[in-house]
Amino acid sequence: MQTATDTVIYNRAGQRVVSPDYLLFEAPRTKHFMTGSEAVKEAVKRASVDASVSYPITPQSEAAHLIGELWVEGYVGVYFRGESEFGVMSEIAGCALAGARTITTTSGPGTLRAFENFPMWAGTRIPVQLVLMARGVNSPLSIQPDNLEVGFLLDTGCMIWYAENAQDLFDMILAGFVVAEQPDVHVPVITVVDGFFVSHTREAIMLPPDDIALPPYNPYRAPMPVIDAEVPPGRFLRDPFVMKSNYISYATHASWQWEVRSAIERSRPYAKHYLRGLIEEFGDPTAELVFVACGTAAAQAKEAVRLLEEEEGIKARVVKLKTIRPFPIEELRQAVKGARYIFVPEFNVVGWLEREVRRYLYGVSDAEVIGGPRVAGGMTMPAEVIVKEVLKLTGKEVKHVL
Amino acid sequence: MATLGPSGFSPYPVAVYEGILNPPPGKALMFNEIVDEEVAMREAAKAMLTRPNPTIFPGPQVLYAWNEEAKEKARLVKKMAEVLGAKIIPMYDYRPKYPKINPAVEINPNHPNLTIWHNKIKACIFVGVHCHYANVALKIIRAETDCFTIAMCGMAGHEDAMITLRDQHVEEMEKFIKIAEEVKKELGK
Repeated sequence: MQTATDTVIYNRAGQRVVSPDYLLFEAPRTKHFMTGSEAVKEAVKRASVDASVSYPITPQSEAAHLIGELWVEGYVGVYFRGESEFGVMSEIAGCALAGARTITTTSGPGTLRAFENFPMWAGTRIPVQLVLMARGVNSPLSIQPDNLEVGFLLDTGCMIWYAENAQDLFDMILAGFVVAEQPDVHVPVITVVDGFFVSHTREAIMLPPDDIALPPYNPYRAPMPVIDAEVPPGRFLRDPFVMKSNYISYATHASWQWEVRSAIERSRPYAKHYLRGLIEEFGDPTAELVFVACGTAAAQAKEAVRLLEEEEGIKARVVKLKTIRPFPIEELRQAVKGARYIFVPEFNVVGWLEREVRRYLYGVSDAEVIGGPRVAGGMTMPAEVIVKEVLKLTGKEVKHVL
Repeated sequence: MATLGPSGFSPYPVAVYEGILNPPPGKALMFNEIVDEEVAMREAAKAMLTRPNPTIFPGPQVLYAWNEEAKEKARLVKKMAEVLGAKIIPMYDYRPKYPKINPAVEINPNHPNLTIWHNKIKACIFVGVHCHYANVALKIIRAETDCFTIAMCGMAGHEDAMITLRDQHVEEMEKFIKIAEEVKKELGK
């Protein structure tokens, strides 16, 4: 099926509108060689995006700039520069509240500058998409690959998906709009990818044709009315009840917050369909040694599995988490059945993913959870580093020189 | 009220944290069970016809003449109220009412319990209320009252209602009215 009806529909850029399933799963794809930032551009090009706002913090990824090129070419409806990262995230919210499909990008320190907006996005039920090219937030200032800021974002009420590579990122951006805009979900989605490792490096990626695109966003299916300053009840929509504090406002706030979290939970069946599962498993399914990871750490863990098997005769497997919010609780529990050791390799010093894994396996799995290896501040994580951790555990001689 | 799991920390029970999600298309949700739409419609009609002070809460999507469907739905809401012997109390906007609402004539999603307490409503239907506000209100009602809640939703449904009918448009509302008439007859009313 190419369209929802027999009538051929075109978007503002003149692209043929096709169903999300056709675009993501059925359309023929051709091979290209590009950076993660360019993959963002290619996804946005096929996403019938109405508005994007950017702030050129230095050193930025090219992604926001490339979305600007799409505006020049007529693929994006509105594009402008914000006054700051905070300004960007506020302005993109305004566009979304007015009924636009929106996307922006940020990373590292910029994320924190804009932070107040993320729970606001979720609370106002706007399906903004933020591509976060994780880059660390420590002091002294880091601009290197490190995903510490993701740990800060976990409880903002936004969905958080984690792409392993440029291909994942391309597909997740398209799927992200579709899932986030479901009427019973309708919360923001943050699609995370590791900065530099994915944003700035080139890899092979399979793309559908660029003359087809997602159906435009229909804001009239939103769980809140679209702003309309002229027609009541439009102007009443998001009155901040907290400003009129009485006992009622606390009751409403409690229910409201649970509703936002409920919305994330409701995304599970949609995400499962459009991401082809919330997790991906790699390696020997009978292996007792399991790596639970996301992003680049999952890619490196896959390589470590190959090295362990070929060079050490140790069977291992990887459970890659595609979504962090919602957390794939049942999927992880099923996937680690039979595991004796669970390593959680991460690109940050605090081990936020290890905390998540421990939380959801507590009382469910007898496996020993090992938080590591961890690298941070721009370090790479060669597969040999992961192998070394495993060999230390097993008491085997470490052959690799690092 | 939930006492275990994440929702146990909240003053309000939350259906999804008890493992309940909206029904798939073509089905309905009755408490925690996915059932055929007709089964749920019969039980909804029965609740409205047998519990004290049944009330329909129409929201902006049927109160204002946005389009032809809204007008037709509004007409059906009136007919539904006649068949069910129910009152109609509108949720005409979502802004909290200060200094206080008049619970005899209006309901508000931020403090829906006041209207239900005041009118001693034991069964109600939400129709035409935007999903977010319906969900906020239904959680409060579930926690604070013993009112049997029924959600007629044009979208995916509301798992915090006791009965959830999804994708409800003119045709489905007409079907519900027909079933309500049958149930009324069976009950000898």
